[in-house]
Amino acid sequence: MRVAVLKGGRSLEREVSLRSGANAEAALRRLGHEVLEVDVDQHLVRTLRAERPDAAFIALHGKGGEDGTVQELLEILEIPYTGPGVLACERAWDKVVAKAHFAAAGVATPPAYAFSQDAFRELGAGEAIPEIRDRLGLPLVVKPAKQGSALGVSVAREPGQVPAALMSALSYDDRVLLERFVPGRELAISVLGTSEPWALPVVEAIPLDRDFYDFEARYTPGLTDFVAPARLPDEIAEEAARLAITCFAALGCRGLSRVDMILDPDDRLWVLEINAIPGMTDTSLLPKAADAAGLGFDEVVERILAEAALGA
Amino acid sequence: MIATDHPEGDPTHQRTPPPRSRPPETTLRPIDSARYDARFASRAAGIVSSVMRDLMSLSERPQIISLAGGFPNTESFEREVFEEIVAAVSRDHLAAALQYGPTEGLAELRELIVEIMAHEGARAGVDDIMVTSGGQQAIDLSIRTFVDPGDTILAEGPTYPGAVPCFTTYEARVEHVPMDGDGLRVDLVEEALDRLGAEGRPPKLLYTIPNFHNPAGVTMSLERRERLIEIAHERELLIVEDNPYGQIRFEGDPLPSLWELDGGAGWVLYLSTFSKILAPGTRVGWVAAPAAVLRKMNLGKQAADLCSSTISQRLVIEYLRRYDWRDYVTRLNDIYRSRRDAMLRALEEEMPPEATWTRPTGGLFVWATLPSYIDTTDLLALASERHEVAFVPGRGAFLDGRGGDSMRLNFSGVPEAVIREGVRRLGLAVTEMTELHRALGGEV
Repeated sequence: MRVAVLKGGRSLEREVSLRSGANAEAALRRLGHEVLEVDVDQHLVRTLRAERPDAAFIALHGKGGEDGTVQELLEILEIPYTGPGVLACERAWDKVVAKAHFAAAGVATPPAYAFSQDAFRELGAGEAIPEIRDRLGLPLVVKPAKQGSALGVSVAREPGQVPAALMSALSYDDRVLLERFVPGRELAISVLGTSEPWALPVVEAIPLDRDFYDFEARYTPGLTDFVAPARLPDEIAEEAARLAITCFAALGCRGLSRVDMILDPDDRLWVLEINAIPGMTDTSLLPKAADAAGLGFDEVVERILAEAALGA
Repeated sequence: MIATDHPEGDPTHQRTPPPRSRPPETTLRPIDSARYDARFASRAAGIVSSVMRDLMSLSERPQIISLAGGFPNTESFEREVFEEIVAAVSRDHLAAALQYGPTEGLAELRELIVEIMAHEGARAGVDDIMVTSGGQQAIDLSIRTFVDPGDTILAEGPTYPGAVPCFTTYEARVEHVPMDGDGLRVDLVEEALDRLGAEGRPPKLLYTIPNFHNPAGVTMSLERRERLIEIAHERELLIVEDNPYGQIRFEGDPLPSLWELDGGAGWVLYLSTFSKILAPGTRVGWVAAPAAVLRKMNLGKQAADLCSSTISQRLVIEYLRRYDWRDYVTRLNDIYRSRRDAMLRALEEEMPPEATWTRPTGGLFVWATLPSYIDTTDLLALASERHEVAFVPGRGAFLDGRGGDSMRLNFSGVPEAVIREGVRRLGLAVTEMTELHRALGGEV
């Protein structure tokens, strides 16, 4: 098969995407596919028209690649692509929208409020911060509504830290989410398939000496310990997989997505978000989950490619 | 046999390269990095990637105006001059230029370096000089030669961001000493020596850039230089004087170097480079130091690269023999002066009244400090995404997490009209942050 690997692009996660792309390309070559490397730029449509690949393997992260934009272009060009379709990408990309879908599907997600930058500038939303604090409690997680990889995310432990956390989050997106901080173990479940989605083993990320799994911990070997499969009682691992598949279906995902959740000290699972295009770097969770499943990364890449399709 | 018998060149040197296909990016499988984590040396484990670096890669986007670089202007070097010196190396020194050279550098180049230092009022002898692969290697060798893991060293705050990896690689504990408009606060150097001495960890050395500091843009006053040397002599403080920018002066008279003020007492190592007075692509720099120190540095350099590129050294020699390097520096300084003026004017017009910045009389950089409620790492995300302008956030110039309210702006590598537009965009980004801060109930 002639496969175009779409990578790089112009998002804040460009470097991570290049590393995901390189790993996907290497796997596709070993699988015997003809690989066309595409560092996404303003010539993307022209390049794809000229090359007419059989499928596009999307290794883009962040704005443009994960929010449905590139998917829409591929629909127009009629090139089947890996991962979720346009609408599912849009739902997953906006954490506020995704949380609404989780809640509607009966999945627990930490309570949160979301505001646009304009709410603070024009409606005086800043004065409502004390009420938000009272209802959600401290610490509060403040994050951009639309941004991958924990960029701009911070934890406000005291009331005085909330405005600075909002400033930071609003530097990355014009909408922010203030979310109750749920302490516990950080779990990630990759879901594959389309009509019958199935989950890879649960991976646990244990950040070393850090508040939460932030950008540096995510992409720097040695800052995070990964345990795959996570050491969990069977019933909890099964429940995590069931929830992940429920979320995957609730957003209308296909092919591949990764669901991030917290296991709190009372053994309750809280879904935080779903990543439409999970990372495939050496430090990413997907290759670890693939190994834990006994499949290996190449096999998982082949299955993701087999699900490449058009349509929402 | 004469050359014309082989119009295609020597048969052992075919003019047609063998056919090539584009190599794969990797042939390795995704490998669980845990197996290496357990083996990494502690100095390598301490080197982490950063949000900042990923943000910085954005500044390479075509439509972004980058004030983040540190690039000298290389476009004004004349092609004819370069061709002439390449031809001279090829004609007169080919075999030697292709050969290994002495670790300490070609003797002829060391003589020429002595002349260049003399022009700056820093008197040295040929045996005091070792050629290095850029000024960067001179920094690396200085730290490598003196710092054991856990040793304390002093450096300005902010310090040269490019020296930070050397400090972390050799696991130095860096104590930043603040600066003001007259450069390093020498009184605080004394205070740090007292305090660190009492804590049982006297600093091994002080790393300082006295002239047109990168990134701070300030120059150490004569009075402070004299006092610093007094302290060095009284308290036996070893000083690493990094002077890459001394010749990049737009006005005023040069101040004596610390090396000169030391008067040959051996408490100063002097580092410099051809990167700013000629071209960074040469990767030729040097260190001047006492013989006992050079002997150890020589061993360090043997481990690192045996010798600096002989081709490069020879090109520099042939250039210095034929041309007065000061003419080229004068031309560069004229360009940089206009660019600095354009940047200072634009900052005056576009920055909010609470912002402050340095007014460098030389070098390549302005250091700007914003109101403390603005974090310049976050500002870079906003500025590059929404306003298409980039800079270096201040945190990169500190090892202790400070610098969050500051930024480095480069003027040497950007034409004046682009500087004006870049600073205008920066002003928009800062205004956006300020308004947001006010909307969140903050005092402005």
